[in-house]
Amino acid sequence: MEKEKFVQVEKVGMTFDTKKGRFVALRDIDLTIRQGEFISLIGHSGCGKSTLLNLIAGLTLPTSGVLLCANREIAGPGPERAVVFQNHSLLPWLTCFENVYLAVERVFAANENKVQLKERTTKILDMVGLAHALHKYPGEISGGMKQRVGIARALAMEPKVLLMDEPFGALDALTRARLQDELMKICDATKATTVMVTHDVDEAVLLSDRIVMMTNGPAATIGEILSVDLPRPRERLTLAHNPQYMDTRSAVIEFLYAKQSHPLAA
Amino acid sequence: MRALLGATLPPVMGLVLLIGIWQLATMNGGSIPTPGKTWDAAVKLFADPFYSNGPNDQGIGWNILSSLQRVAIGFGIAALVGIPLGFILGRFATMSRMINPIISLLRPVSPLAWLPIGLLVFKKADPAATWTIFICSIWPMIMNTAQGVMRVPQDYLNVARVLNLSEWKIVTRILFPSVLPYMLTGIRLSIGTAWLVIVAAEMLTGGVGIGFWVWDEWNNLKVEHIIVAIFVIGIVGLILEQTLLFLAKRLHTEG
Repeated sequence: MEKEKFVQVEKVGMTFDTKKGRFVALRDIDLTIRQGEFISLIGHSGCGKSTLLNLIAGLTLPTSGVLLCANREIAGPGPERAVVFQNHSLLPWLTCFENVYLAVERVFAANENKVQLKERTTKILDMVGLAHALHKYPGEISGGMKQRVGIARALAMEPKVLLMDEPFGALDALTRARLQDELMKICDATKATTVMVTHDVDEAVLLSDRIVMMTNGPAATIGEILSVDLPRPRERLTLAHNPQYMDTRSAVIEFLYAKQSHPLAA
Repeated sequence: MRALLGATLPPVMGLVLLIGIWQLATMNGGSIPTPGKTWDAAVKLFADPFYSNGPNDQGIGWNILSSLQRVAIGFGIAALVGIPLGFILGRFATMSRMINPIISLLRPVSPLAWLPIGLLVFKKADPAATWTIFICSIWPMIMNTAQGVMRVPQDYLNVARVLNLSEWKIVTRILFPSVLPYMLTGIRLSIGTAWLVIVAAEMLTGGVGIGFWVWDEWNNLKVEHIIVAIFVIGIVGLILEQTLLFLAKRLHTEG
């Protein structure tokens, strides 16, 4: 398997047919993602970053170009490309355990018995720190906990690629910081290839190996790709004074606010 | 205590007002019996609700039960047909476009217009009444179920797609729980209509049943019995409705 070209996005364009006519969301997207790499997609709202994520997930198919994962064309969604949805999307009538079990069962039921499947589910919920909330319903737990169940559900499938659509967008700053730290540990441990959509500059710099910065829509494309060469494991406190961190952060802000000033402000 | 009083006092006052007006209107004679006379008749009727002197003279209990039985059978078959049909219409747009015009055409038809067709096909009064209940309770169930299926949040369906769930799992784990509240609304509307229609249908078909009983007592000119029947029909309808509302609430809090 080619580790350097694990996910390939080649000449991808996406056009939607709306009531007001054709809307070009994305054009000429070229991106190659290494195995185990953490990529952030950042840009102003409406720049099509979620559209690009959905394309990699296979939830939508491109109108032009091609996407490959492990040298196979992405023709639809599947458990090998797990998605953490923006609004967690847990099924409210299932407990945390059952929500994760649904995914575990789907992927591993062919080779494992019920005891093993349950063990797997408990283990992954334990990993995201929810061992105490296994049998609670999503309506009974906080937003941060729900998002952790969503992450657990995605990780439980042992996906080749983990796709996250603003996973921490709806959380308060403190919860968000804690989950970011947890996510870094999990990604270090599982070596998951990850693509995350975000609009948070600090989050992007802290977590990513590369930051993909997108131009404003319509017809958005990749503006610049920035490598973040900070050593891992990364520590939020020490990074705050690290000159390289500061430079990277400034570069992203420069791109977002000088080169691609917000469409509403322009 | 105060809260209890505040909750019970207005309805009781309303009821007293209704009976007061009734008393005033009937005090000076006329064909409508007074509340007192009606009450006496009701006490006598409910003293022995389950007597049976042949098919045309049975206690009010038997009459209510046989009406409920007809509603249950007609409604049950309607649920068995209507709910799956609603799922199909909600899930497949082509089917929906094919069937929807037919539903729009047939739904406004009074259920009683279907009674002669039932009589013609089944050659007997009883299944004809059941058939009428079936046809009037099926529409709300089809429409509400289909509506519910179409309103399943896209997020949940995306989860199903990413997990690549089987159609069976999609139906049992995602569609069914998410459609359940809509389905219950459909069931509630259906039962309400069915209970409305059974009285009229039984008046036309005869036999044993609360509707037939009302007609029979009209022929006997026992007007106080008719008024008792009106209350009984109202109370049974209320109980059916409240039971389903209670069920719906239970399910809602669990979700």
